Amino acid sequence: MYNFEFAKPSSVADAVAALGEEDAQALGGGQTLIPTLKQRLASPTKLVSLKGISEMQGVCTGDDGALCIGGATCHATVAAEAGAYPALASTAAHIGDPAVRNRGTIGGSLANNDPSACYPAAALASGATIVTNSREIAADDYFQGMFTTALDEGEIITEVRFPVPEKANYQKFVQPASRFALVGVYVAKFADGVRVAITGASNDGVFRWAEAEAALSANFSADAIDGLSLSGDDMISDLHGTDAYRAHLCAVMTKRAVAAAA
Amino acid sequence: MPKDGGIGASSKRREDVRFLTGAGNYTDDINIHGQAHVFFLRSDIAHGTITSVDTSAAEAMPGVVKVFTGADFEGVGSIPCGWQVTDRHGDPMQEPAHPVLAQGKVRHVGEPIAAVVAETLAEARDAAEAISVDIAELPAVVNMKDALKDGATKVHDDLTSNLCYDWGFVEENKDAVNKAFDEAAHVTSLELVNNRLVANPMEPRVAVGEYARGTDEHTLYTTSQNPHVIRLLMGAFVLGIPEHKLRVVAPDVGGGFGTKIFHYQEEAFCTFAAKACNRPVKWTSSRSEAFISDAHGRDHVTKIELALDADNNFTAIRTETHANMGAYLSTFAPSVPTWLHGTLMAGNYKTPLIYVNVKAVFTNTVPVDAYRGAGRPEATFQLERVVDKAARELGVDPIALRRQNFITEFPYATPVAVEYDTGDYHATMDKLEEMGDFAGFAARRAESEKNGKLRGLGVNCYIEACGIAPSNLVGQLGARAGLYESATVRVNATGGLVVMTGSHSHGQGHETSFAQVVAEMIGIDESMIEIVHGDTSKVPMGMGTYGSRSIAVGGSAMVRATEKIINKAKKIASHLLEASETDIELKDGAFSVAGTDKSVAWGDVTLAAYVPHNYPLEDIEPGLEETAFYDPSNFTYPSGAYACEVEVDPDTGKVSIERFAAADDFGNIINPMIVTGQVHGGLAQGIGQALLENCAYDENGQLLSASYMDYAMPRADDLPMFSVDHSCQTPCTHNPLGVKGCGEAGAIGSPPAVVNAVVDALQSAGKDVTHVDMPLSPDRVWAAMNG
Ligand SMILES: Cc1cc2nc3c(=O)[nH]c(=O)nc-3n(C[C@H](O)[C@H](O)[C@H](O)COP(=O)(O)OP(=O)(O)OC[C@H]3O[C@@H](n4cnc5c(N)ncnc54)[C@H](O)[C@@H]3O)c2cc1C
Repeated sequence: MYNFEFAKPSSVADAVAALGEEDAQALGGGQTLIPTLKQRLASPTKLVSLKGISEMQGVCTGDDGALCIGGATCHATVAAEAGAYPALASTAAHIGDPAVRNRGTIGGSLANNDPSACYPAAALASGATIVTNSREIAADDYFQGMFTTALDEGEIITEVRFPVPEKANYQKFVQPASRFALVGVYVAKFADGVRVAITGASNDGVFRWAEAEAALSANFSADAIDGLSLSGDDMISDLHGTDAYRAHLCAVMTKRAVAAAA
Repeated sequence: MPKDGGIGASSKRREDVRFLTGAGNYTDDINIHGQAHVFFLRSDIAHGTITSVDTSAAEAMPGVVKVFTGADFEGVGSIPCGWQVTDRHGDPMQEPAHPVLAQGKVRHVGEPIAAVVAETLAEARDAAEAISVDIAELPAVVNMKDALKDGATKVHDDLTSNLCYDWGFVEENKDAVNKAFDEAAHVTSLELVNNRLVANPMEPRVAVGEYARGTDEHTLYTTSQNPHVIRLLMGAFVLGIPEHKLRVVAPDVGGGFGTKIFHYQEEAFCTFAAKACNRPVKWTSSRSEAFISDAHGRDHVTKIELALDADNNFTAIRTETHANMGAYLSTFAPSVPTWLHGTLMAGNYKTPLIYVNVKAVFTNTVPVDAYRGAGRPEATFQLERVVDKAARELGVDPIALRRQNFITEFPYATPVAVEYDTGDYHATMDKLEEMGDFAGFAARRAESEKNGKLRGLGVNCYIEACGIAPSNLVGQLGARAGLYESATVRVNATGGLVVMTGSHSHGQGHETSFAQVVAEMIGIDESMIEIVHGDTSKVPMGMGTYGSRSIAVGGSAMVRATEKIINKAKKIASHLLEASETDIELKDGAFSVAGTDKSVAWGDVTLAAYVPHNYPLEDIEPGLEETAFYDPSNFTYPSGAYACEVEVDPDTGKVSIERFAAADDFGNIINPMIVTGQVHGGLAQGIGQALLENCAYDENGQLLSASYMDYAMPRADDLPMFSVDHSCQTPCTHNPLGVKGCGEAGAIGSPPAVVNAVVDALQSAGKDVTHVDMPLSPDRVWAAMNG
């Protein structure tokens, strides 16, 4: 780790101001950022912790019925308090280990947009809105490829709003070492259709499987996936699985998610 | 009835109190006044010529004490190799120099190029970043078979090739073995990989060097399984420090699994730098460094063939193995694929003819050396896999085929140069059949099928050889060390005693089990006995702990020393009791005259030894302290039978272990609870190898699995509740306790059981799968099913 300065503001406005300094960086739970610093792969001059900002904490239900989660809320809190959206609570409950869940935050996860992370699939499948200090971004516009998002420099995720689907489920097939998703499929059924988001598989990060969405919107049953498949051409191939294997798992996990949700 | 102390009691591990309450004293806990910290600049290139190293900027950085490069070590010795293998043609192996810091070339990712000693670790690290190193990259040698091709890039320019040795065993049997294959009714052959592993002890390696200018004495605190061996290797071969000026201390050590046997550059560096800087110098490995600097394990590629006659009797075995040495020869690396592997190829079977060929190969990877089991897991895996495959090809029950070929008469001289003293392979198999409830398997399989899962049952046997010995034999085989053990028993005036043993405990619980043995022999409470180990200034000599040798060799030395104590104590007692020495009996901590009620307590005798007012001074010296060296006449041969039941998810290839049973014969047992724990740990590591652990390099020699994000360690929820039993006991005939050793069995016996079970599951679904290479990760199993 290189030396850095540390600030812990208590309001979003102060955090935005602090992040205006050159090479300042937001710190959520530090579950991704701190290991990166320890390996000296990043060298921010200042870390601005978001954990002291009370307006960014907690889970509540908005006027439109959406579940609103403060950007600095840790996974354990979501797991415990997002009872209104059980599939999301369960997704949070299966991220990492207890230490990770009690430190890591939803804002940090979505800002990082790891191609194998769980929350990006949940947000994309749920059609969530990413609320920042300056705007609201639809999930469909937010995820822009591996570790890439619509966030501007210094922009803070203050809240994430999840419309609550009629039925939903997340199936995570874990990579044996990291236990991130080797392939994770989040299926959400709304009155006006089904959304399917897949993490872990693609070189372009989380994505929606349009063909499966169409089939499931017509017939929300696991059988609807029979015969559907994704091409492995643009999928990740690594020590833990080939692109073809990942493509295969996408269909298997989609079916399982539908079966579990239905 | 469980005993409440002594041999056979499940005494609670006394050392755990300090480990679990944070009162342990690990090497990283040692901080010496004035100590500086070292950071090693390690190569991120697998193979290249160092064209320049410029340290001038680094030297000017804040806090820097001194910057070292290869040039500072030009007059210093090479890290030695402790075993010289002679090849098939009678020539010695090729043995390259192994510098403390890279000289001229880098040969693996992680090799230290320079070292910065600074006031703080952060300053050392900052300065290391300011060192500029130019390396002209060379093609990396990674694949062993490619490495042996004509014209392959050489890892070591001064060697004739990348071949360390081409070993044949038993070379004289080669033609007879080939003839047996020509005449066989059936031949089963199998090509397989024994996957490379990273040992990953919980405590990473640490070294602290200290130098006393006033007395010219060096001290090295290090995370070692054998401090005396480090003292000899480093003192005599690397730094030129005589033993009486060098103290090596290995205090509490948090796991070793083999990788802390070896003498490493960092130990030599810290000892050297402490004098050069006139400051204590400390190095603590990060986990990332451990992946690229701790010796790795396994990494064999093997073709094995089994010949059978028309009645399914095994007639011959022939193997060809490529064994990866990595870039340099680690301390015991050459012995692992040869004498610890070839000698085990008979397994539990009376195969009359065996020929083992091993080609050891240099590559641009981290050195490979002993890892829990060392050679014996590699032998067991290939043998038990090929036997299983043969049974399937012949359509016979795999257990029946094994039983038919079991060795049943002991002692048994194998065709691979060892003699098994005792064993009862049918007994452990009988026990296993009972524990594994094989009769209920069909019903369990049907239940799994109902849930869309494939169920498989895999069984195997193993034999292991512990306590490698005797010294004069291993000397002929190329060991550059003796393989005895020493113990000193020092009795204090008030009756308590200290055992100084050359065995080293780094998780095995010796402080408890060794005390149980002495308590039993004298008949005193375990709490009166202290076990001291891990410090060359306290223990006279030691060969350390590896190869499951501690109780069999170290324990025997302790028994011999204790016997000497008892003999002398009896002389003192006979004087106090005014009786003939031959009439004195020791029981429950008291000496009595046979057939009378006259007795003296243990404490009276020990007090008389040190306050010899009423003492046979003309016959014996005062004091009560004895040392014994024990050099075993043979290995010990634990054996057992293991069964694994798996469920395979056919949609994803994921394997889950549903049941695991282990029936072991460890001979006599000192502490059943500790033995059970050793088996549990071994099973976890063996199952880890079979299902999860994969140390993988890419074609450029970059380690792909360089952190826990990619290297999968077994976790509790990957494992079932184990069913273990060690009630089958055929005591060792040639050591005083009749013990065999239990530390590695679990890791040796479990991988073939897992793979046999998965193959069984896949075949039950009609898949034509005869083998899947470890680790059996979901993608590999799925690919095998759909290949
Ligand atoms: C052992 C382990 C296992 C894990 N397993 C999983 C898993 O199974 N599934 C999974 O999804 N994740 C997993 N994670 C990742 C975990 O969920 C992290 O919490 C998450 O990736 C980052 O969140 P954080 O709050 O820790 O962010 P930090 O590490 O603090 O920050 C990450 C990045 O986001 C930025 N940032 C942080 N907060 C905000 C914000 N509010 N607005 C804008 N930018 C912000 C930071 O500047 C930084 O660039 C695991 C992590 C570990 C260490």
